[in-house]
Amino acid sequence: MLNRVELLQLIERNARLSNSELAVMLNVSEEEVAAELEACKKENVILGYNTVINWEKTEREPVTAMIEVRITPQRNQGFDKIASQFFRYQQVSSCYLMSGGFDLMLIIEDSTLREVAQFVSDKIAPLEGVISTSTHFILKKYKSNGTLFEQKQIDNREAIVL
Amino acid sequence: MDIDYLSKVSTVVNEIKPSAIRRFFDLANEMKGEVISLSIGEPDFVTPWNIREAGIFSLEDGYTHYSPNQGYIEVRKAISEYLERRFSLKYDPKTQLLVTVGGSEALDLIARALINPGDEVIILEPCFVAYRATVTLARGVPVVIETKEENEYKLTPEALEAAITDKTKYIILGYPGNPTGATMTHDDLAKIRDVLVRHPNVFVVSDELYSELSYTGERPASIASFPELYDRTIVVNGFSKSFAMTGWRIGYMTGPAPLLAAMNKVHQYCIMSSPTTAQYAVIEACRNGDKEVEEMRDEYNRRRRVIVQGLKDAGLSCFTPTGAFYAFPSITNSGLSSEKFCERFLMEKKVAIVPGNAFGECGEGHVRISYAASMENIMEAMKRLKEFMQELKDGSVK
Repeated sequence: MLNRVELLQLIERNARLSNSELAVMLNVSEEEVAAELEACKKENVILGYNTVINWEKTEREPVTAMIEVRITPQRNQGFDKIASQFFRYQQVSSCYLMSGGFDLMLIIEDSTLREVAQFVSDKIAPLEGVISTSTHFILKKYKSNGTLFEQKQIDNREAIVL
Repeated sequence: MDIDYLSKVSTVVNEIKPSAIRRFFDLANEMKGEVISLSIGEPDFVTPWNIREAGIFSLEDGYTHYSPNQGYIEVRKAISEYLERRFSLKYDPKTQLLVTVGGSEALDLIARALINPGDEVIILEPCFVAYRATVTLARGVPVVIETKEENEYKLTPEALEAAITDKTKYIILGYPGNPTGATMTHDDLAKIRDVLVRHPNVFVVSDELYSELSYTGERPASIASFPELYDRTIVVNGFSKSFAMTGWRIGYMTGPAPLLAAMNKVHQYCIMSSPTTAQYAVIEACRNGDKEVEEMRDEYNRRRRVIVQGLKDAGLSCFTPTGAFYAFPSITNSGLSSEKFCERFLMEKKVAIVPGNAFGECGEGHVRISYAASMENIMEAMKRLKEFMQELKDGSVK
């Protein structure tokens, strides 16, 4: 009865819904919700619960950089080995193998401009197998993980519509 | 200055009474912005972007002229394909389909094109307020069947049989329904068909504006899908509710070609043609709108469950709605009239809902709660409803 995809979509949008609230929305028992969430964690379907934060509204002003990396795949290991040398860095928040004009996409958050520059020139570029890098900085976030950053939710409907 | 203006207004317009809850309307309007509104019969969603974009693109391309009276043929074809795909209803886009200014215009056209003075039209109250008014304006006589909570607000064959006379012109069915959220299944409608087969002069107007918003797990049945009734059923539908397009003012009607031609006569002189921008948007809605419609429906469904649970927690009995986006609980155990209940709930808890008697006298004792509102607001409103009911019980309200 419980639709796993629907459950996951709901908590992806709002991870703070309680099990009892989820149970009502999905028309199942609270126990079923708890069991399914537990199963999802065990199966590594749910990996964590993050919060969407607009850091620009705080005193911290970290930059987000997206670094395209072209690499030479290594014998027997393809791209995985070299990728692991990147994603182990704590400041790399995301690391993807890409199709197209480059191979790895690294996303660096929570660093300053100088830190990113240093990281690329010290840690990424000199690594054996790296052919080239190209670093892009995010200037403004409009939407992230489905959430709009400049929230404008004005209900301009009439007070009563029959 | 001493002109008696009301004596200048036609008798029939004077006959239309102002809403019984006018005072409550004014109050709710004054408090707009400070209250949670569960009083609105239109989606809180904005029209999906691809549909909006199609309208904008048509403007950019200079499509700013009148369309043919019946609507662009491309639009009628798109609607016809949509109806067949989603509801297995077949209508010839050339002769059996008219694009209207929302479902409301369609209801008016039907009344004006079919009713002779004194003809009777059966309406099922509590219902959408335009049914009665369109019939009255066309000099028809509304004959009311009061549908009951114990019958899940369905029309029973017995009630229909009893209401039909020699003067009955048509009956208006509105399922899934505003304000009750009731639906009629294929089997329920089959019983109605059996009655209507015995009365070949009675036509059926089926208002299916909420047809996409059904939570039974099955596609809602249309009475037009019965071969015995296809030739005397007019289906009214539109994009307002299912595609969140209320402000575009676009709908349509389908039915027997000679009747549609008659309606088009009225339409061409009163309206000329439906809004061109909206027609271009509708092509996109029909062809690439299913996914968004289903996402909105699933979200309404979850809200519906939260409302039903919230009403139960607050101690109000409610027929479980199966369609549209309304719940219609009974508030008789509060000891208050519908209007008083809504007024106090508004003033004391800052939540707006609608007194049931706005939808016909038999709606008294009920309130309409719309779940076309965000989940967050619904959850908060249900919390306040529970407090309100508790305070009423304790007599602790100021």
